[in-house]
Amino acid sequence: MIDSLYMPYLMRIEKITCEAPGVKTFMLKFVNEEDQNNFAFKAGQFGEYSVFGEGESTFCIASSPTRKGYIECTFRQSGKVTNALAGCEEGSVIGFRGPYGNIFPLDEWKGKNILFIAGGIALPPMRCVIWNALDTRENFKDITIVYGAKSVNDLVYKNELKEWEIRDDVRLVTTVDPGGETPDWKGEVGFVPSIVEKIAPSAENTVAVVCGPPVMIKFTFPVLAKLGFRDENVFTTLENRMKCGFGKCGHCNVGKVYVCKDGPVFTQAQLKELPDEY
Amino acid sequence: MNIERRLVRKDSLEKLFDILRQNKKTVFAPVMKNGKASFKPVGSFSSIAEDYIQTTQSSKEVIFPRVEKFLDYEKNGKEVSIKGFDYQSVTETVLWGVRPCDTIGFGTLNSIFNWDFKDEIFNARLSKTIILSFSCNKSDDYCFCTSVGGNPGSTAGSDILFTKLGADGDYLAEVVTEKGQAIVALASELFEKTESVEKEKFLANVPVKFNQEEIRKKLEKFFKSSQWVEQSLKCLGCGACAFVCPTCACFDIQDDAHGKIGSRMRCWDSCGYSQFTVHTSGHNPRSVQSQRWRQRIMHKFSYMPERLSVYGCTGCGRCSRACPADMNILEHLISIQEVKI
Repeated sequence: MIDSLYMPYLMRIEKITCEAPGVKTFMLKFVNEEDQNNFAFKAGQFGEYSVFGEGESTFCIASSPTRKGYIECTFRQSGKVTNALAGCEEGSVIGFRGPYGNIFPLDEWKGKNILFIAGGIALPPMRCVIWNALDTRENFKDITIVYGAKSVNDLVYKNELKEWEIRDDVRLVTTVDPGGETPDWKGEVGFVPSIVEKIAPSAENTVAVVCGPPVMIKFTFPVLAKLGFRDENVFTTLENRMKCGFGKCGHCNVGKVYVCKDGPVFTQAQLKELPDEY
Repeated sequence: MNIERRLVRKDSLEKLFDILRQNKKTVFAPVMKNGKASFKPVGSFSSIAEDYIQTTQSSKEVIFPRVEKFLDYEKNGKEVSIKGFDYQSVTETVLWGVRPCDTIGFGTLNSIFNWDFKDEIFNARLSKTIILSFSCNKSDDYCFCTSVGGNPGSTAGSDILFTKLGADGDYLAEVVTEKGQAIVALASELFEKTESVEKEKFLANVPVKFNQEEIRKKLEKFFKSSQWVEQSLKCLGCGACAFVCPTCACFDIQDDAHGKIGSRMRCWDSCGYSQFTVHTSGHNPRSVQSQRWRQRIMHKFSYMPERLSVYGCTGCGRCSRACPADMNILEHLISIQEVKI
């Protein structure tokens, strides 16, 4: 039998981690060992995750390609499929199609500083790149992570945040929106764009990776421009609605671009060429 | 290959139909019901409609079904087993009575489904379908194939194109492909040798209304035009235009569950629907209808030619005939052409 493009891999949920209210991370392993051996992906790519009977949902692969033998995804319970995923238990089998889309060009970033800026549930697509960079640390100069959420409780990957906090080869700045802090909160209080402005990272030999809700991105880009970042050195990943993942179903078409094929990773310079439909 | 020209007597069409049926081929042909023609599997030649300009639905459904199952699954506790697409279920099919504006559309669909990854399911259906088309000897005011690179006697996309030579005449058969030759071989006595026949005078007259290259160039600078709002005020967002279109291929993927078993399938969708682009967060990049109408036109006349080197319109006019609000794509395209930029 010839497999079609639409046939998913069967994946077993090895481990479930509750990250924040309504946010879970699944560690997934291929049910079929041969699938595992033939599978390869790069930082920035995404997939279609499915609960059979409920449908498919699009999110990035949140684990790093440097960590072999499994993939991880992190999602917030918000729609039909993510609610069904959230109802799955460890050991359950779900579907996965991928990897799809382009990549963060880590090879081109060798010898540069990397500034990661993430908000809320947008840390997962960046976590893949962060661990990829940290696992090949010698390739890069300074690594800075600015991460903010509405409240302390909404910060995801709390254990990894602690780990990055302790490491001396990465600078982590966490922040919560005003009113979201707890009495023992030691991080910053304020919106992500203003925290970036406050810590004022140098644009010299630096690439910035920005992921977050549209409003955060909208206010962060001008801050980066003010700091001297050129549009082609500012990267983001788009989250358009998708169905197929490979440029046929039409959902993620923006101008001449299919976000699933030409993206999801774009530079600010590329986004400026696109109609404002993302 | 060179196009072979043969003559088929008017009485021979029925014989050809019977031979195809005897060869166990499913024949889809236009059938008239309540004054509307639509493609149905037919068992007898007499049920095939003759007097129609255009079927209400395009024939794309035969190769790109409205709902197509990709896989079946069965759940057993935490375990799941899945079974993929049943390629054996795709049998040899003949599309009979297709108009040239539909056959050209199959080429467009082929570009969409194969421009990068190859869509094996679409390809299985296309390769098993024999396209026997009939030239148009009449048209209506909605037709504009000649403005988008087609014509009422175009052989593009056909395996054999039949042209009726006069009101009560015989048929010129233009054998375009190897698949067409195989049909001739099946019924060689029906395909007589013929001298060159002037078919043009038997074709419908469809005047050229606009220049699509000019429109494509204009659209590059037209994104922010107020025309999109003006032209789409009537749009209900019903998606009828996409469903009757021979080249619209946007689809959704949905699961159909029945207890522990179920299936996953592709279903036609439309960029005209408000839900088409909405994010889970509620953010909708195309939140108003004029943006969605703009996407429809831009995709067909700007993005597709740029990206896939094909236009997304064959000039069949079905979208305008089907629109419950009487929007007319031809009128809009002409008005875009007339704008000075």
